[in-house]
Amino acid sequence: MAYSDKVIDHYENPRNVGSFRKDEEGVATGMVGAPACGDVMKLQIKVNKDGVIEDARFKTYGCGSAIASSSLVTEWVKGKTVDEAATIKNTQIAEELALPPVKIHCSILAEDAIKAAIADYRKKYGGAEAEPDKKAAD
Amino acid sequence: MTTPRHHPIYLDYSATTPVDPRVAQKMIPWLTEHFGNPASRSHPYGWEAEKAVEEAREEVAKLVNCDAKEIVWTSGATESDNLAIKGAAHFYRTKGKHLITMKIEHKAVLDTMRELEREGFEVTYLDPRPDGLLDLEKFKAAIRPDTIVVSVMLVNNEIGVIQPIAEIGEICRAKGIIFHVDAAQATGKVAIDLAQVKVDLMSFSAHKTYGPKGIGALYVRRKPRVRLEAQMHGGGHEKGLRSGTLATHQIVGMGEAFRIARLEMAAENERIRMLRDRLLAGLEDMEEVYVNGDLEHRVPHNLNVSFNFVEGESLIMGMKELAVSSGSACTSASLEPSYVLRALGRNDELAHSSIRFTLGRFTTQEDIDYTVKLIRERIGKLREMSPLWEMYKDGIDLNSVQWAAH
Repeated sequence: MAYSDKVIDHYENPRNVGSFRKDEEGVATGMVGAPACGDVMKLQIKVNKDGVIEDARFKTYGCGSAIASSSLVTEWVKGKTVDEAATIKNTQIAEELALPPVKIHCSILAEDAIKAAIADYRKKYGGAEAEPDKKAAD
Repeated sequence: MTTPRHHPIYLDYSATTPVDPRVAQKMIPWLTEHFGNPASRSHPYGWEAEKAVEEAREEVAKLVNCDAKEIVWTSGATESDNLAIKGAAHFYRTKGKHLITMKIEHKAVLDTMRELEREGFEVTYLDPRPDGLLDLEKFKAAIRPDTIVVSVMLVNNEIGVIQPIAEIGEICRAKGIIFHVDAAQATGKVAIDLAQVKVDLMSFSAHKTYGPKGIGALYVRRKPRVRLEAQMHGGGHEKGLRSGTLATHQIVGMGEAFRIARLEMAAENERIRMLRDRLLAGLEDMEEVYVNGDLEHRVPHNLNVSFNFVEGESLIMGMKELAVSSGSACTSASLEPSYVLRALGRNDELAHSSIRFTLGRFTTQEDIDYTVKLIRERIGKLREMSPLWEMYKDGIDLNSVQWAAH
């Protein structure tokens, strides 16, 4: 399978790999996917008092496109408010990485990971903003 | 022998092998100077081509200890499997309508069986034991009074295990059942003696044994005689079993490849076994590494390993210096994990995390040492990135986690 240069770049130099301590102030975690399906993404966000995502970390079990999708979203969410981050769409991720049709599910999973992390943030820290329209993929 | 250097390092000899330079050299004159049709009986162009074809047939027969008259040329093992299974099922359909095979057979066998099911035949697909081998008791229990054909491969293409074809042959012969063996992955790797084992039909391929692609053969036993219905009709070549002008140069190539295999396999297999064991030794002390399939009843060329908590496609992507195969079929069109590893009872994660290394004639110790170093480094990097590895290290039982399927 031929990968785009951007996928290869994120795969070879993944941004923000790692974990925050779950009890750290402002940290929320989203974990989506299943090992049996071949991909699991864990996305963590660290949100400051103003509701801005200061930092993000990911770990991903999955193909190169899944790793690249999660690496990319850690870059994208940084500096955004939680509400802004919730508007990131899988189509933007797929377009940025030039994912082929068989790899679109990787971008969907990355969007789900953001939504799951935000849902966790809202559960932990309140912020009764509108619930994300869908929490997990079908 | 001059060995061409290949980059990336080629460890996918079960997918195909390079044509041995000695084989290629022997083929060339049969394309240019000696271009005659072996079926032309009226001039020397035809006579010399026919002679070359018959000499090659002798060489194929010698490698497996049968009579050259029992060898039928085909386009490859897929065609041989089709001709053997459909040909025997169609010929013996008045005797019964039941066939038996294994779930870990090559698609050329499985899909042929599916076609026969559509025609009204009934097929039993046996699970292997967890080590990949056929359970002979289960096999005996699956035989019915109307069983006409059994097909079991000699060497599995994914995990390299060697099935007990001598025992299966005894059972089939005693019951008058036709026994077909796909030996595409076996020639030059295990000794085959058709004078001893009670196999009725055996499929061969040239390109897995340093011959050219596009040529194969089917062994059809004469004593006791096995009958087939032809699947390809035309000029009545190959005693009517397979019509079509013989590809002299391909046939000469297969003959030479099988001659070299016969002369060199004993020494070559020892060398390859040493390299395979070196590869295994370099990987087996890593945490959470699983060898797929029995190690003892296995060709020396194959090592199939699952690296738990690392996904196969990302692993392959991380090893672009190596040409290997993954059990995660993400690399092809579907997203299914290997059906062979699933049939062994491996869970989806381990099936997705598997890599098949297949070694061959031109693999060097340097290749293996480099491979070990690279894999250890890349597995380490991917596990650092894996949430599953992190959970495993934190002592979380992954089976207890409620995963959201997607």
